[in-house]
Amino acid sequence: MQAALVQFKPRKGDVPANLAAMRDVFAQLASGPVELIVFPEAAMTGYFLEGAVYELAVDAPTMAAQVDAQWRAAGGSRPVDVVVGFYENAFGTFHNSALYVRCGLPEGVHIVHVHRKMFLPTYGVFDEERFLTRGRRLSVFETPFGTAAILICEDAWHALTSTVAALKGARLIIVPSASPGRGLSGNGELESNVRWRAILSSMAAEHGIYVVYAGLTGFEGGKGMSGSTSAFSPRGDLLASLGPLEPGIISIELDPAEVDLARATIPLLGDLSAVLPDLWLDDEIPVTRRLEELT
Amino acid sequence: MLPVVEVRPTEPSLQIDSALTAGWLEAFLRDEMQERRGTPRAVIGLSGGVDSALVAYLCARALGPENVYAIRMPYRTSSPSSLDDAQRVIDALGIHGETIPISDAVDGYLAHAPDADPRRKGNVMARTRMLVLFDQSARRGALPVGTGNKTERLLGYFTWHADDTPPVNPIGDLFKTQVWDLARWLGVPHEVVDKPPSADLEANQTDEADLGITYAKADGILNLILLGYNDHAIAARGYAPAEVKLVRRRVDGTHWKRHLPTTALVSGTAINEFYLRPVDF
Repeated sequence: MQAALVQFKPRKGDVPANLAAMRDVFAQLASGPVELIVFPEAAMTGYFLEGAVYELAVDAPTMAAQVDAQWRAAGGSRPVDVVVGFYENAFGTFHNSALYVRCGLPEGVHIVHVHRKMFLPTYGVFDEERFLTRGRRLSVFETPFGTAAILICEDAWHALTSTVAALKGARLIIVPSASPGRGLSGNGELESNVRWRAILSSMAAEHGIYVVYAGLTGFEGGKGMSGSTSAFSPRGDLLASLGPLEPGIISIELDPAEVDLARATIPLLGDLSAVLPDLWLDDEIPVTRRLEELT
Repeated sequence: MLPVVEVRPTEPSLQIDSALTAGWLEAFLRDEMQERRGTPRAVIGLSGGVDSALVAYLCARALGPENVYAIRMPYRTSSPSSLDDAQRVIDALGIHGETIPISDAVDGYLAHAPDADPRRKGNVMARTRMLVLFDQSARRGALPVGTGNKTERLLGYFTWHADDTPPVNPIGDLFKTQVWDLARWLGVPHEVVDKPPSADLEANQTDEADLGITYAKADGILNLILLGYNDHAIAARGYAPAEVKLVRRRVDGTHWKRHLPTTALVSGTAINEFYLRPVDF
């Protein structure tokens, strides 16, 4: 599957301008072989909205229709899959969500999946749970590549989320993100981006899974979104990466055979499936104990 | 005997990658000035010290020297060498330079305040410079760019609603020692970087004498305080307990200086309490 990972620089709160910029990206890609286009977290509004999230959040069908309209306006004459992060208004409950839609179908647009961010960072510079409700389920879904899952930003920082996705069959993990860059002591690279790379690489290598990451870029009130859109092979190798500061696109072919080969070489996921019951049924795990107390 | 690797309490490094830092701050200036606020023009109060010199260098690189206006604002007691040092920066960068003395304005007010002590006089000078910077910015369709560093902000070593007023500040999250490192890397003239820092509000004044501690030690202690270490843990990393206490007292006594005025909350829509919008919305 041919994928395009878009490092996107939104204008804060200016949805029409950001949709127009999305249309420009589509126009650049429409005549090529791309089958999946991934935009970052909160791409159509910018990330830090505080109370304005209630003004700008839309429901998933509205977001899907807007994305589909841009694809068609850009001359997209065939179906294409698009992932985009957006603030979702689900009947008055607000989420930091990412939409996986199939655009350009003769019958309209098809929502394949909506992932609602489960880990809402609310510490330091982050304040998400003050304004948003967390998602409650990590589901996988079918794509032309195979089974996939979406993890939004901090979702991916917890080893368990990618593990659950892989156990459910994911062979591709898509990570839309908005990460304020910090830490300047690094050797030519932000410390926060070094950390991201380590997380994404080990996630890919442990489960034998493709990991693609689309990062927001541009400054929001002094906080610089750190871009670094990147792709990791199922062996954990960094295949491509953009810098932190400029918009851009990574064009990459994802080969399902690479997943099979990685898993055949190091069958960690198979090993985990076998051992999982012993780990999971361990009554010393706090969550298990609490459930028993509840019942 | 087996070899032993002994691990002692470590201190987080304040070292910065200067090329990375400069690139990041220049991108910040371009986004914040040109794209969001719609002007590439910056007005900087150039004192002759390293902070404003560094900001001038960053602005010149980010926005082009033709868009940078350096204003020197001497009072009659200001050190002549400060004017010379500011001129070195103007000449090195090819930015616009203008000198607007503040003596008449300051003395005009002080004639009505004969009891003003040096601290009050210093605050009047700082606030007069603020007034000049904003007016000179309005004259040019520019924005004042701030020059306060993280160390002076944390120690409260500035005049509230004067040095801290410019709406854009590229160096406010850099400690003083990091300012020096970045300034050297960018080629700020050594006369500016290597001289003892001074607010130059009184004759022979130096920051380190005012503060009672060197910047090198203050920065190390401040960094550990910000990371959450208690005084005992900081002293265990080699700092004198009296200096740790001094720095913590200054930080804890000046939290108010890092905030907007305290407003009585009486409604469920109080600004910045319930009604929350980011600065760039």
